[in-house]
Amino acid sequence: MKLIKRCIERIVETILTAGGMITSVIILLIVIFLFKEGFGLFNSPSVEKGYSLCVNTENPIEKLNPFQIKEIFDYEIDNWKNVGGNDEEIILFRFEELFYRYSDEELGENDEFLSQKLGEIIRATPGIIAYLPTEYLSSDCSGIKVLPEAKISVGDFFGRKEWIPTAIPAPQFGVLPLILGTLWVSIFAIAIALPLGLGVAIYLSELAGEKMRKILKPTIELLAGIPSVVYGFFGLVVLVPLIQKLFHLPVGETAFAGSLILAIMALPTIITVAEDAMQNTPRAMREAGLALGANHWQTIYKVIIPYSVSGISAAVVLGIGRAIGETMAVLMVTGNAAVIPHTIFEPVRTIPATIAAELGEAPSGGAHYQALFMLGCILFLMTILISIAAEVISKNHPQRKGI
Amino acid sequence: MTAKTNQKIAFCVFRILGMLVVGLLFWILGFIIYNGIGVISWEFLTGYPTAGMTSGGILPAIVGTLCLIAGSSIIAFPLGILSAIYSSEYAGNGKMVQFIRVMTNNLGGVPSIIFGLFGMALFVNTLGFGDSIIAGSLTLGLLTLPLIIRTTEEALKAIPDSFRTAGLALGATKLQTINRVVLPMAFPNIITGLILSIGRVSGETAPILFTVAAYFLPKLPTGIFDQVMALPYHLYVIATSGTDLEASRPMAYGTALVLIIIVLLMNLLATALRRWFSKKVKTH
Repeated sequence: MKLIKRCIERIVETILTAGGMITSVIILLIVIFLFKEGFGLFNSPSVEKGYSLCVNTENPIEKLNPFQIKEIFDYEIDNWKNVGGNDEEIILFRFEELFYRYSDEELGENDEFLSQKLGEIIRATPGIIAYLPTEYLSSDCSGIKVLPEAKISVGDFFGRKEWIPTAIPAPQFGVLPLILGTLWVSIFAIAIALPLGLGVAIYLSELAGEKMRKILKPTIELLAGIPSVVYGFFGLVVLVPLIQKLFHLPVGETAFAGSLILAIMALPTIITVAEDAMQNTPRAMREAGLALGANHWQTIYKVIIPYSVSGISAAVVLGIGRAIGETMAVLMVTGNAAVIPHTIFEPVRTIPATIAAELGEAPSGGAHYQALFMLGCILFLMTILISIAAEVISKNHPQRKGI
Repeated sequence: MTAKTNQKIAFCVFRILGMLVVGLLFWILGFIIYNGIGVISWEFLTGYPTAGMTSGGILPAIVGTLCLIAGSSIIAFPLGILSAIYSSEYAGNGKMVQFIRVMTNNLGGVPSIIFGLFGMALFVNTLGFGDSIIAGSLTLGLLTLPLIIRTTEEALKAIPDSFRTAGLALGATKLQTINRVVLPMAFPNIITGLILSIGRVSGETAPILFTVAAYFLPKLPTGIFDQVMALPYHLYVIATSGTDLEASRPMAYGTALVLIIIVLLMNLLATALRRWFSKKVKTH
């Protein structure tokens, strides 16, 4: 009987231990799945799978990077000398054009002459660049040079300024505008929320009477509880038109609208954490301040705020963390233009908003899909860094150091 | 004299800021309630969306959200409570429990869109559930775990050690002590945390975008592998990408109001329960 009991106790203990590990396991799984999908990006060809770029053999060009390919197909570059070749006009040839040039009879009933015709065109045009399915490349390769398949590089991903994931033939995955957009919106949000939040925290912790606290505390809890999509909706129908009217802008969906909404959403975090820190100031310190003849306000800003500065910094960091990861509200009010913003009154696009807006359309397993997972990895690393920073900052508290 | 005026000015500013925050909440709530209250009707709550989601009701979205709440609760409640019991009762105070706590904190800081990506990669694609209630519930369940663990742990820590030692002294095993003494006493606070987590689940949009939510699906789910509509996603859709944005505005206000009512109810319920239980404990 006792043995069974002990056995049960053991089993339960094992289950509990496993349960205790659950969050660590989830983090591990998130890392594995995010990075598995994301890092596939750097093994993906820079043009769509199954397609090739071909030039005439007389063309000295050996390879093109994705950006050059995009510029060529956008007619931005129209001479080979701009990409390091001869002084020769670039002639674009897309696969579909074949069907305009030749009738169905000429191509054969089962497209048997198709690759032959392709070969003829490429051989005949020295300045050509052709984008076609690899399977139709003619077996007789004389006169045709297939450009080597380039991989999407880490440098292009982090260094380029163009995010055009659906461009054909070479999608552009430059995350710089997205990263900058995210930071831009979040940091400006904190710049708005910090003075406000700090003021409210001081009021709550030092000035408010019991009655006012009873109103404010649940208010802040409720503000934290309102779903982000409702904030986004509120921003969309109230703030966006308001901003457009106030600042005479062509569109109201701007980084500023995003920052305002994020500021409201980050307020509860900042207020709660900062107030906690101030409440933890030892009574002796306050009284010492007052005993030296300082009045209440002087005590607050000479004693209490310096004492709780680590807690306040933690509040700021956590607020930024909340703002960086926020998806729906930002998606609804920032206008989502993937360009590097110069002022706060331009549309921007953040990392989470990009993922939310584009993942639905990205075919599973493709380069676009992988690029979005890579964005997820970046966001994940950012938030983990922020969590750790907050942890370290609040550990630096004078009280814990024994000062 | 200057110090005194300084103080007056500063305190005045703080008071105004405090009022501002309260005002902000009332502005947002008031705006949604004012515009949404006229839309709410029996037909709105029990009808299906019609005419390109510009009229009709939101029943499928309400049912979908209820399904997700139920599903994620089944997954997250036991796991979260088990985890909290382990780290507050069994793990002691060593490196292990510190590691677990850091991990739980980190997980709590992970943005909800990351959970969406993860849920899509693991549940939808790798495990092959497809866009379904089960994939969405699992994703949302994992999302609320840190919240549940934290509140449960706090509830357990609030029980004085003397109760545990008393239980052990009476000859009960550790498990019996936890089961008969600690858990029943911590129960009210644990429930509060669970209710708050339900409020969170009902409002989350990003994690369900790619794991369960349907753009438009005018029928009720029949099994756990069905797609469903959900209130927050429905609000997003009719607010930003409906067929006729102006015409669907009233629907959006109504949906936002229903969503807010659910969240407010959960918050009020949690606060009321906390008060009621703490009174009950005092009278004992």
